[in-house]
Formats: sequence, structure tokens, C-alpha cells
Amino acid sequence: MADETTTTPRSEAPAGRPSGPGGRSGPGGPGGPGGRKFFRRKKVCKFCTEKIDAISYRDVRLLQGFVAERGKIVPRRLTGVCTTHQRRLSRAIKQARNIALLPFAARY
Amino acid sequence: MAGPECPEGREATMQRLYEVMFIVRPDVADEDLDKLIAGLEQTVSNGGGTVNSTEKMGRRKLAYVVRKFGEGNYILLNLSADGSLIAELERRLRVSEPVIKFITVRMDEEEKRLAKVRAIRATRKKLSAMPAESAEAAPAQPAPAETATQASA
Repeated sequence: MADETTTTPRSEAPAGRPSGPGGRSGPGGPGGPGGRKFFRRKKVCKFCTEKIDAISYRDVRLLQGFVAERGKIVPRRLTGVCTTHQRRLSRAIKQARNIALLPFAARY
Repeated sequence: MAGPECPEGREATMQRLYEVMFIVRPDVADEDLDKLIAGLEQTVSNGGGTVNSTEKMGRRKLAYVVRKFGEGNYILLNLSADGSLIAELERRLRVSEPVIKFITVRMDEEEKRLAKVRAIRATRKKLSAMPAESAEAAPAQPAPAETATQASA
């Protein structure tokens, strides 16, 4: 890095960087594609649309839709859940894990 | 919920809503299970709480092995009690041999939030229903009035 005699890459890089986050935050604003530059169709929060108020640790069927195969909680950008519901969902999943309704780590 | 404001005997107890779910080992007999639940309910009522409901959720396969058991009897207790009573109940659950796991969840804040949401939804529905009613009432009243005036004129 000390041998950088050419200043053109350095001058290009700052010009390139604003367009990078600019391009990412464009589709990132509406939908959150997770790194892609083009539009991924807007995913809506399942709880907001269906007006499910209470996410209880007891309804395992509902919670299993948001848990991966190995038992990990699926991130919000993949499921499209909004922040408040993701937090409640996460809490419910952890409660369910504690009472052995969901596994902590499944398969191998 | 009317704690310190309520006089006459109740010494400032804040009755909170709790859900206690516990797992009993699968090899206990039914009557022992009932005895256990009755004992717990007795503990609650002795301590000044009330058991709202008891639900036996039946035998389920556990998601992971707990104390070498693969299955368990799930029981759900819905109760309103004081905080100190819950501590006593949990101590009992921890000590009792057939109970292998338990969890206590506090539900009163959640209930308050849900009640608020439902109240908002009820007012919204009423607002959408009211103009329909007044619209029906309004043309109904002027219409016969108009016809009456027309008939008289």
C-alpha cells in the first residue's frame, strides 16, 4: 500500500464507493434483497398482513415456518418480517426452545 | 391491578397474569399427575392467587432429550398471582421429581397491549359502521319528509 504510485485508482475508488452504497440502498430501502443490485419483489410481513397480534411460544406450527432446518432462526431479510414482529418472534422461538417445543440445534 | 389504592384487607398485592408451562415425565400415572396438579393449584390458592385455567396438553415428543426422556406430558397453568407466589411455585416445581422442565411467562403486559389493539380496532370498525348507519337514517328521514311536504304542497 505504501508503493501506490498511481493515484488514479485511489481517485476512482472514492468516486466508486458512493455509487456502491447508493446502488445497494436503493433496492435495500424498499425490500432488502440481501446484496443484489436489482429489485427483488417486496416481501411483506406475514404478521402485519394477516393481523396476527400475539406470537405465542405455544403455536409451534407458526414458529416452525421461521426456523431453518438446523433449528436456527431465519433472518428477517429472508422472511420479510418487520422488525417488531421479528423481535417478538425471536423471543417466542427462544421460549419454545427452552420448553423443548423447538430444538436448539437439529440434525447433525 | 388496583394495588395500593384498594383498601380493606388486601395488602397492596399486584395480581399479575402468568402462564406456567411444565413438562412431567411420561412414566407417571394419571392419578399421580392429577394429584400433582391439585397440589400446585392448592399452593397458588393458599398464597392468595387464583388459577384461571389448567390445560393438559397431552403427551408430546420433546425436541431434545431432557433427563433421558424423549417424551413428556405438557401441562399449562394460567394464573393470576403475586410475584412472590410465583417464586414459591417455581421452587416447588424445581423440587418436585416428576417435573422435568418448566417455564413461567408473564402475560399481563401482553394482555394490556392486546386489549389496546383490540380497542383501537373496535373503534375503527365503529367509525366505518357509523356513517353507513347515519347515511341510511338521513335519507330515510328527509325522504318521507320531502314526500310529505310535496304531498302537502
